[in-house]
Amino acid sequence: MKMVDGQMILVWILLGFLITCAIAATVTKNLLVTVLIFMSYSVVMSVIWIVLESPDLAGTEAAVGAGVTSILFFIVLKKVGALDTSKKKKHKDDSKESDKNARSE
Amino acid sequence: MRDPNNHEHHSNPFVAWVNGESKAKPEEEKKLTPTKEKRAAKSADVSVHHDRFHKAYKPLAVILCCAFIALLIFVCVKTPPFGVTDAPTNNEVAQKYIEEGLEDTGATNIVAGMILDYRAFDTLGESSVLFTAVMAVIILLKKDGDKKKEMTERQKKEEALQQHEEELNDRHRDVILKKTAGIVAPFIMMFGIYVVLNGHISPGGGFSGGAIIGAGLILISQAFGSKRTKKFFNFKVFTIITSGALLSYAALKTYSFYTGSHHMETGVPHGIPGAILSSGFILPLNIFVGLIVACTMFGFYSLFSKGEI
Repeated sequence: MKMVDGQMILVWILLGFLITCAIAATVTKNLLVTVLIFMSYSVVMSVIWIVLESPDLAGTEAAVGAGVTSILFFIVLKKVGALDTSKKKKHKDDSKESDKNARSE
Repeated sequence: MRDPNNHEHHSNPFVAWVNGESKAKPEEEKKLTPTKEKRAAKSADVSVHHDRFHKAYKPLAVILCCAFIALLIFVCVKTPPFGVTDAPTNNEVAQKYIEEGLEDTGATNIVAGMILDYRAFDTLGESSVLFTAVMAVIILLKKDGDKKKEMTERQKKEEALQQHEEELNDRHRDVILKKTAGIVAPFIMMFGIYVVLNGHISPGGGFSGGAIIGAGLILISQAFGSKRTKKFFNFKVFTIITSGALLSYAALKTYSFYTGSHHMETGVPHGIPGAILSSGFILPLNIFVGLIVACTMFGFYSLFSKGEI
C-alpha cells in the first residue's frame, strides 16, 4: 500500500489514541465514562478503517461499535441503576416519581 | 421457623446451617473443642497460604499479562508486512477471486461477490447466528403478554411504575434530540437503504447497511417514543421479516449449495459498473441480509429496554 507520509503520521497518532483509550477504559471507575471511552475507541477505529481503504468496515464499525453496542450498554447501565445523572434529573422532574422510587427501593 | 429448626438441629446440623440458623455454628464448635488447637493451627496455616496467594496475585498477574503481550508482539513481528506481494495469503485463491470475480459473480465490489456468491454458505451461517441470537434474547427477555392475570402484586406495581415513567419520558422528551432526529433520521435511513441496494457496485452491503438502518430505527424510537415505531414495526412484522428473509436467502441459494456451482442463470446482465440490476442474486441476497441485521439490531434494543418489540 502506497502511503503518503502525512497519512502515516495520522495513522500513528490514531493508533496511539486507540491504545490510550483501551487502557483508560480498563482504569476508569465510573461505568458511564467507560462506555463513552469505548464509544470513542470505536469511532477512532472506524477512521483507521477508512485510512486503510476499507470503507465498508468503517461504516459497520461506526454503526455497530459506536452506535448500537453503546446504546445497549447504556440501557443495561440504566436498568442496573448505575447512571446517577438520570436519577438526579428524575428528582427534579417529579417529586412523586422519586417518592415511588424510594418506596420501591 | 424456630420449631422446625430445633428439630433439625439434632438430626442434621448441616441442614440447619444451610437454612441460615445461627445456633448451628456454636454447637459445632462445642463438639470440636478437643481438636480446637489443631484446628486453630490449621486455619492459621490456611490464612498464611491465603496471604501468600494474595501477595503473589498482583505480580503474577502482571507477569502473565506481560508474557502474553510479548507473545502477541512476537507473532506480530513475525507476520509479513502489510501489502507484501509474496505473503502466504496471496495465493491462487485470492488471484482467482480478483481476476475472475467480476466475470463469475457480476459484482463490481469483489467483497460482495465473495461473501454472497463464492462463500454464500458462510453468510447464511452468519445470518443464522444473528437469528439464533435474537431468538435467545426473546426467550430470555420478552415479557409474557397473556399472563397479566397471574401477575403478582409486586410485578403489577413494577409495570405501573414503568408505564408512569414512559409517560413521563413522553412528556419531557428532549427537544434538541427530537428536532435533530427529525432532520437526521430520514437521511440515515436513506443512506442505509442506499448501502444495502448498492452492495454489489460500491463498498458496503447487507451487514453494514442493515446495521445503519437498525441504528436509525433505534434513534427514531428513542426520539419519538416507542408508540411511533410500533405503528409499523410490531412483533408480528418482526417475526415475518426475520424468518421470511432467512428462508428466502436459503431458498435462493439452495440450488448452488446442492450442486456446488457458483450461481443459477438469472438472465440479469453481469458486471455493469453503476447499474443496480447487474449481478444476479447478489442484490436480493444483500436485501435479505440487510433486513435480518436491521431487525436484529432494533430487536436487541427494544427487548433490552422494554422487554417487548
